[in-house]
Amino acid sequence: MDWSIPQINLELILPEIIITFFAILILILEPLLSKGKKNFLAHLSWIGILIAFIANLRLWDLMETTFSDMFIVDNFAIFFKFIFLAGSFLIILVSINYLKREEMVHGEYYSLILFSTLGMMLMASSFNLVIIFLGLEIMSISLYVLAGFKREDLRSNEASLKYFLMGAFATGFLLYGIVMIYGSVGSTNLEEIIKSIAYQKEGADLLLWSGVGLLLVGLGFKIASVPFHMWVPDVYEGAPTPVTAFISAGPKAAGFAALLRVFLFSFVTIKADWTIVVWILAALTMTVGNIIAIAQSNIKRMLAYSSIAHAGYVLVALVAGKEAGVSSALFYLLAYTFMNIGAFTVVIALGRKDTENTNLDDYSGLGTRHPWLAIFMMLFMISLAGFPPTAGFMAKFYVFSAAVKSGFVGLVIIGVLNSLVSVYYYLRVVVIMFMRPPVPEAKPISLPLGSLLVLLISTWGVLQMGIFPQSLLALAMLSVSSIF
Amino acid sequence: MWNSSILTIVTFFPLLGVLLLLFVDKSKLSAIKIIAFVVSSLDLIISLYLYFNFSSDTSAMQFSVKKDWIESLGISYHMGIDGISLFLILLTTFLTPLAILSSWTAITEKVKGYYVSMLLLETGMIGVFVSLDLFLFYVFWEAMLLPMYFLIGIWGGPRKIYATIKFVLFTMTGSLLMLVAILVLYFMNYGYTGIYSFDLLEITKLPIPLGAQFWLFAAFALAFAIKVPMFPFHTWLPDAHVEAPTAGSVILAGVLLKMGTYGFLRFCLPLFPNAFIDFVPLFSVLAIIGIIYGALVCVRQEDVKSLVAFSSVSHLGFVMLGLFTLNLQGIEGGILQMINHGISTGALFLIVGMIYERRHTRLIADFGGLSKKIPIFAAFFMIVTLSSIGLPGTNGFVGEFLIILGAFKSNVVYAIFAATGIILAAVYMLWMYQRTMFGKITKPENENLKDLNFREKIILIPLILAIFWIGLYPKPFFVKMEPSVISLIENANIKYEENKLFEESFYIDSQQMKQIKAVVSQQRPTASYESPVTRNE
Repeated sequence: MDWSIPQINLELILPEIIITFFAILILILEPLLSKGKKNFLAHLSWIGILIAFIANLRLWDLMETTFSDMFIVDNFAIFFKFIFLAGSFLIILVSINYLKREEMVHGEYYSLILFSTLGMMLMASSFNLVIIFLGLEIMSISLYVLAGFKREDLRSNEASLKYFLMGAFATGFLLYGIVMIYGSVGSTNLEEIIKSIAYQKEGADLLLWSGVGLLLVGLGFKIASVPFHMWVPDVYEGAPTPVTAFISAGPKAAGFAALLRVFLFSFVTIKADWTIVVWILAALTMTVGNIIAIAQSNIKRMLAYSSIAHAGYVLVALVAGKEAGVSSALFYLLAYTFMNIGAFTVVIALGRKDTENTNLDDYSGLGTRHPWLAIFMMLFMISLAGFPPTAGFMAKFYVFSAAVKSGFVGLVIIGVLNSLVSVYYYLRVVVIMFMRPPVPEAKPISLPLGSLLVLLISTWGVLQMGIFPQSLLALAMLSVSSIF
Repeated sequence: MWNSSILTIVTFFPLLGVLLLLFVDKSKLSAIKIIAFVVSSLDLIISLYLYFNFSSDTSAMQFSVKKDWIESLGISYHMGIDGISLFLILLTTFLTPLAILSSWTAITEKVKGYYVSMLLLETGMIGVFVSLDLFLFYVFWEAMLLPMYFLIGIWGGPRKIYATIKFVLFTMTGSLLMLVAILVLYFMNYGYTGIYSFDLLEITKLPIPLGAQFWLFAAFALAFAIKVPMFPFHTWLPDAHVEAPTAGSVILAGVLLKMGTYGFLRFCLPLFPNAFIDFVPLFSVLAIIGIIYGALVCVRQEDVKSLVAFSSVSHLGFVMLGLFTLNLQGIEGGILQMINHGISTGALFLIVGMIYERRHTRLIADFGGLSKKIPIFAAFFMIVTLSSIGLPGTNGFVGEFLIILGAFKSNVVYAIFAATGIILAAVYMLWMYQRTMFGKITKPENENLKDLNFREKIILIPLILAIFWIGLYPKPFFVKMEPSVISLIENANIKYEENKLFEESFYIDSQQMKQIKAVVSQQRPTASYESPVTRNE
């Protein structure tokens, strides 16, 4: 047996190295800084993300693998890393003042965000099922801790524990799925899988099918698709709001990164068979998410169910497959990151130390009390609902067009009808903000600089992707060639 | 240069006003009102350029502009107008300043937001009428919903939230299915030509199998029928009208409803002529039910505003009947009646709004004998009422006469039933007028009513002039719309035949396709790429 040290190209994992470096640096500096100076760590973390962003940019159009074909850098991965980094960047900006307000300024918060981002980046870049698992674990374990970061709050603890228990269960499924696939095809390398499936005479065997199914369950949990969505409302409600926003953007996108790569690259030859399952999942996810969202009176729970529904729309893109499907999923996830983080930022801005003000009634007359905040919220709501000329419309349009192109008109009709249902509850927020008399408030809302910046960036994203989407659309289209 | 950018200017000029308003302090009420009024009036003046430079010799799209918008999806910024859209644009730019002027004293809360919504709405409405790219059209079609949603929801009456949500949900149900149909057309076009394009003029050339036409027409027609609104999709309309502020009702009745009828002409007929002809009996019957049902419901209304709202159902039934006669008179009458309805019903809503501002009630029973106290108001009201009934010499007569003429040519039974609608119109309008304006003054509150002030006369006089202009000398309208309508009918006929031929040749093709597919599927067990449209074989 000939053992040799595999060729390692460190330049390819430079963004990951930078993130890791800053995450560890923050952990080291945390005990050294006095209590009032912890904000420095926040600034350190967003600077780290910016640097990683630039490092990531330099890898564009490079199509290489390293670490014995376990790690791949292609435009698909890079595009996803942009989504993760953008999401984490915005979340850190929002968190600075949130942590101060809640009197829980601890440096490890930022470190955990960075580690979680690292996990997502690994998932997007993995060319081996094992790396997907590793990335998923790094991401999830950080998230379990983050969900319970409000240590004295019972709901936050509950969220953390629930997320952990169910997440661990789902990870078990994922791992078991990987094992099955390994048992069937003899490799966990994505390219090897595609080759051995092609060799198998009668298509895929039962072992492989169980593997595919379990993988779908494990990743379906991360993207919050029905029927693996039970954790979503409680975790979203209980977790500190910036963490909720974080969970709804990055990890969901990371789950999709893995799902798209594995299912449309490795399992593409058996697509016709698994499509029917994902078709049903997509239809269920959209419908259940949207219908239950109608009944919610807490905005965080409403956004939780809406996030489930949006996972359903992206699953439509997975069903569509092909270049158009994948690039539409990329575009959708980017658009969703902007509009969802934007919406949560408004939710955070309305909160107080002792009360989060997440009841829909707390938004009564916001249009009169804080017109600008209400206009921002309105913009994000109409974008989530999919009205033109916003990113939400363009993204939905692109996903549905990909699905029609692949011949799934039935699913698209279910999708648009769902989007109609969603209009009702998104516009209800607008109704409450603008058409109800204002409620008296204890303290006027002050919008800190970080949150304002996030609102402006998200607004820019929502409008740019809605009115002049050409450049980002082209980018998304360029990002998918390596899959096919 | 000027010709190719004029449509862009007309469409987006109101946005300039929005931008200006953003920088005005919200406490400076008169500045806000004046900016909104001036901007919308200037837009009217700019749009007159279209009228005077519109060539009536050609049926081609004029003032057209086509630029790439989202190249990678084949979406273009394509605008252009013909004789059908010209007058609807003018109607929009004509009614908006009047609607803004009518809100002068009626709107006292959130004034800035109100006028911003009005101007946004104007841009959206004009955009719908000038778009020649299906995607662009859809964007305007949907985007325009939101300002209207706010107009009803914020400045509306007691049941405003119910009404506004109902309005949005009804409209969106149709339009989302239309979106699916647009996508299917888009990929059909790609299938035949290999080019991704949403361009209406390109897609119109497409031969579409009859089975697909049926479903595509159904999706488009549902969206438009809800907007018109045709019976039985009309239930959102009375709620929206009754709850909307006066200006909202004016715009809603005057322009928004026309988008539905316009859609039938601009999209349904050229794209799906075969399905259109198949659907003629159904839609004609629905139109006639709308005419008679709307009129009968009007008779029983106790609220003047809901009476006017239901009369819209009846009048739009006439328009739809005209369009579905598929002959020159019927369609021309339909288009003219769209404009007439915008003017007369707009004026009626304004008048109702004026009396509501004085008395804060709209119940017929609360009035009576007003003509003695406010004679000028009563005179204006009389003219508008007669125009709505369709008295010769007013605009309503010309439109309804042509529609019934067209209906006689296509089907006598339709014409006979439709004509009863005119009689009923006289019944409910005149009876309402009699109960409110004549007789004795029964309520003491009506003793001290003030007659129209200067601003209100300024609002109504242009409408009255338009009523008589169209009533006495409608020729300029017909001259400009005739080439477009003739070519619309001719092209639809040509395409009708083409599609039939295509369908016959298609049958052979599909047999061959089956054989090819069988061979392919033996070689490859996995699913092959399927055409997005299930072809009926």
